[in-house]
Amino acid sequence: MIKFIIKGLLRDHHRSLFPILIVTIGVWMTVFMQAYLSGVFGDMIDTTARFSTGHVKIMSRAYAEYADQVPNDMALMGIEQIMTDMQSEYPDMTWVKRINFGGLIDIPDDEGETRSQAPVMGYGIDLLSPGSTEIHTMNVVKSLVRGRMPEKPGEILISDLLAERLEVNLGETATLLSSTMYGSMTMHNFTVVGTIKFGIMAMDRGAIIADISDIQLALDMEDAAGGILGYLPNRIYDDNTALGIVERFNQQYEDEDDEFAPVMGKLVELSNLGEYLNYAGSVSTIMVFIFVLIMSIVLWNAGLLGGLRRYGEVGIRLAIGEPKGHIYRSLIYESVFIGFVGSIIGTVLGLGCAYWLQVVGLDISAFVKNTSMMIPNVFRASVTTETYYIGFFPGLFSTVLGTALSGIGIYKRQTAQLFKELEV
Amino acid sequence: MNNSALIIVTNLVKTFPMGKREFTALKDINLKFNQGEFAGIVGPSGSGKTTLLNIIGSLDIPSKGEAVVMGQSVSGLSPKKAADLRNHHLGFIFQTYNLLQVYTVYENVELPLLLRKMSAVERKKLVLQSLEWVGLMDKIKSRPAQLSGGECQRVSIARAMVKSPEIVLADEPTANLDAKNSHNILQMMEKLNRELNTTFIFATHDEKVIKYLRRKISLDDGKVVGDEIVKNK
Ligand SMILES: Nc1ncnc2c1ncn2[C@@H]1O[C@H](COP(=O)(O)OP(=O)(O)O)[C@@H](O)[C@H]1O
Ligand SMILES: [Mg+2]
Repeated sequence: MIKFIIKGLLRDHHRSLFPILIVTIGVWMTVFMQAYLSGVFGDMIDTTARFSTGHVKIMSRAYAEYADQVPNDMALMGIEQIMTDMQSEYPDMTWVKRINFGGLIDIPDDEGETRSQAPVMGYGIDLLSPGSTEIHTMNVVKSLVRGRMPEKPGEILISDLLAERLEVNLGETATLLSSTMYGSMTMHNFTVVGTIKFGIMAMDRGAIIADISDIQLALDMEDAAGGILGYLPNRIYDDNTALGIVERFNQQYEDEDDEFAPVMGKLVELSNLGEYLNYAGSVSTIMVFIFVLIMSIVLWNAGLLGGLRRYGEVGIRLAIGEPKGHIYRSLIYESVFIGFVGSIIGTVLGLGCAYWLQVVGLDISAFVKNTSMMIPNVFRASVTTETYYIGFFPGLFSTVLGTALSGIGIYKRQTAQLFKELEV
Repeated sequence: MNNSALIIVTNLVKTFPMGKREFTALKDINLKFNQGEFAGIVGPSGSGKTTLLNIIGSLDIPSKGEAVVMGQSVSGLSPKKAADLRNHHLGFIFQTYNLLQVYTVYENVELPLLLRKMSAVERKKLVLQSLEWVGLMDKIKSRPAQLSGGECQRVSIARAMVKSPEIVLADEPTANLDAKNSHNILQMMEKLNRELNTTFIFATHDEKVIKYLRRKISLDDGKVVGDEIVKNK
C-alpha cells in the first residue's frame, strides 16, 4: 500500500509539486530567518561581551549605577585581591580588568602648541603582560589598519577615523587630557604606534586603546579599575551559569553598607540585551508559528481542492472495501512524505542562503552611523544546530495539519454522500 | 431455490431529508436475489435505482426495513465490517468507470487486492487472469487516459472481478458507451456470469442492457412495479 501511495505521489504532480513548493518556501524562510536572527543576536551578544560587559562584570556599586558616564571617580578599589580571589574560585574562567575613560586627545606641533584636538573614548586593557588574552578578546590584531601593536609602556593605538581627523602620523606624540580618580586634571603623553578599525561604529568614531598600567598611572588609579570582567569557559555565554556566579558573589557583600563595595552583574542585565534575547527567542517562535499557520491554511485549501479532485479516488477506494480510517491514514502518510521532502529541500536552500549571509554578511554601517550600541556594522547569519532542524516543525506540522483538516471531510460525509459527489 | 438467496431486501424504505420535510426515495421494497442471477433494476431517472444499489452495496443504510447481504444485515454493520463485506464479496462498476488516472491498468486492477494479505506472486496471477477475462492483456502498462471508453469499462470490470466476488453491482455501465462497446461489455459480463456463476445486478434504463437481462425488476417512483423472469435466455 505504501508503494501504491508513493507511486501516486510521484506521478501526480498536482498532488506533490504544489504542496512541496509551498512547504519548501515556508521552510526555506523559517530556516533562513532563524539563522539570520541567531547571527544578529549572537553577534550583538558577542560584541557586547568582548568590548563592554564580559559575561559577568564586577564594579563598585556607585560605578555600576552610573556606568554609562564611566565615572572613574567611583572606580572599584583593591582589584588585584578580587582578581586573585575570583581566579582561584573560578579557575576555568578568564578574569580581566578594564578602565574605560573619557577625555580629550591633543596633538601638539613642533613647538608644543595644539595642532588638533578631539574628544575620545579610551579603553585601558591589559596589552603588555605576557599571556594576556585581551588583545584576542578585543580583536585588536585583526582590527589593526596601520602600524603595529604597542610593545612597551606609553604606546597607544587610536581609531583610524580619528587619526585621519587629527591628521596624526604613526610615531607622533598624542597628549591625553583627562581627570584623575580624585578629580584633578591630568595630562599624559603617549606615542601613537598604530591605527585600528573595529567595524563597530560606536567605537570607530573615537576610540583609543592603551595599556591598563599606563592608564592607571595617568589617572592615578593604582589598584583600581572601572571593572573586572569575567568570561565563562570556552567563552560561551550561559545565562544560568552567569546567574549562579553573580548570586554567589553578591551574597558575600550583601551586608556591606559601602557604596564602593563591589557588585557583580551579568551580561544580559548590564547591556539591556536581555530584552533583545527574549525578543530573539520569541521572534523565532512566532515566526515558526506564523509559518505553520499560513502554510497549514494554504495546504488545507490545497488539500480541499486536491481532495475534491480526489473524491473519485476516495469513492472507489471505499467501494472496493478500503475502510475510511485506512484512507484517511494513507492521506496523512502522503502529507508526511510531502512535508518531509519539502522540509529537506527548504532546509537545504535556507542553509545555503544562511551560509552565504554568514560568509558575506550584510553591511548596515549606513544605518548605524550615530548609534552608541555595540552593534557590528556587518550583520552575519549564524548557522547553528537549530538551523538544521527548525524547518521541519513548520514543514511537517503544516502538511499534516492541512491534510488532517481537509481529510475530515471524508469522515464527516456519509459514504453514500461521497458517492453522490463523485457521480457528477 | 429461495433458501440460497444472496440478497434479501425486506420492507425497505429509504428517506432523505429535504429541508424540513422528508423525501422518500424507496418505498417498501421486497426483493430476493439468488446466486448466479443476471438481473436488472430498470426505471426512469430518479426512480431510486442507484439508491437501492448503494444500499445493497453497503454504501448506504436503509431508513426502515432490512437489506441482508451475504447473511449480514447492512444496517447493523460497523463501517469496518461494511468495508470488509465490500472488499470480499462485492464488486462495483460505475457509469464513469472511476479509474485512477495516475495508475496503470495493471495497478488499477491490483488495487482491491492490496487491501488483502496476499503475496505479490498471487496478486499478479489474479490480476493477469482478470485482465485476460476482459481481453486487455496488451494494455497492461497503459494509463486510463490512453484507453477508449469501452476499454476503460473493461478495466473496471476486471477490477470488480479480480477478487472473484459473489456479487457485482453495475450502475448504468453502458451510459457512456456506444452500441458496439455496450454489447461488447455485456457479452463479456454474461460470459463471466455463466462461467463463474457471479451474480450481476444492473441499474439501468438502457434498452441495450435490458435485452441481455434474465430478470427485469421495474422501479418507478421508489416502488417495485414489476418483477419478471425473461424467457429463452
Ligand atoms: N443523498 C440524497 N439526498 C437527497 N435526495 C437524494 C439523495 N440521493 C438520491 N436522492 C433522490 O432520490 C431519488 C432517487 O435517486 P437515485 O436513486 O439516484 O435515482 P436513479 O438512480 O434511479 O436515477 C432522486 O429523486 C434523488 O434526487
Ligand atoms: Mg442512478
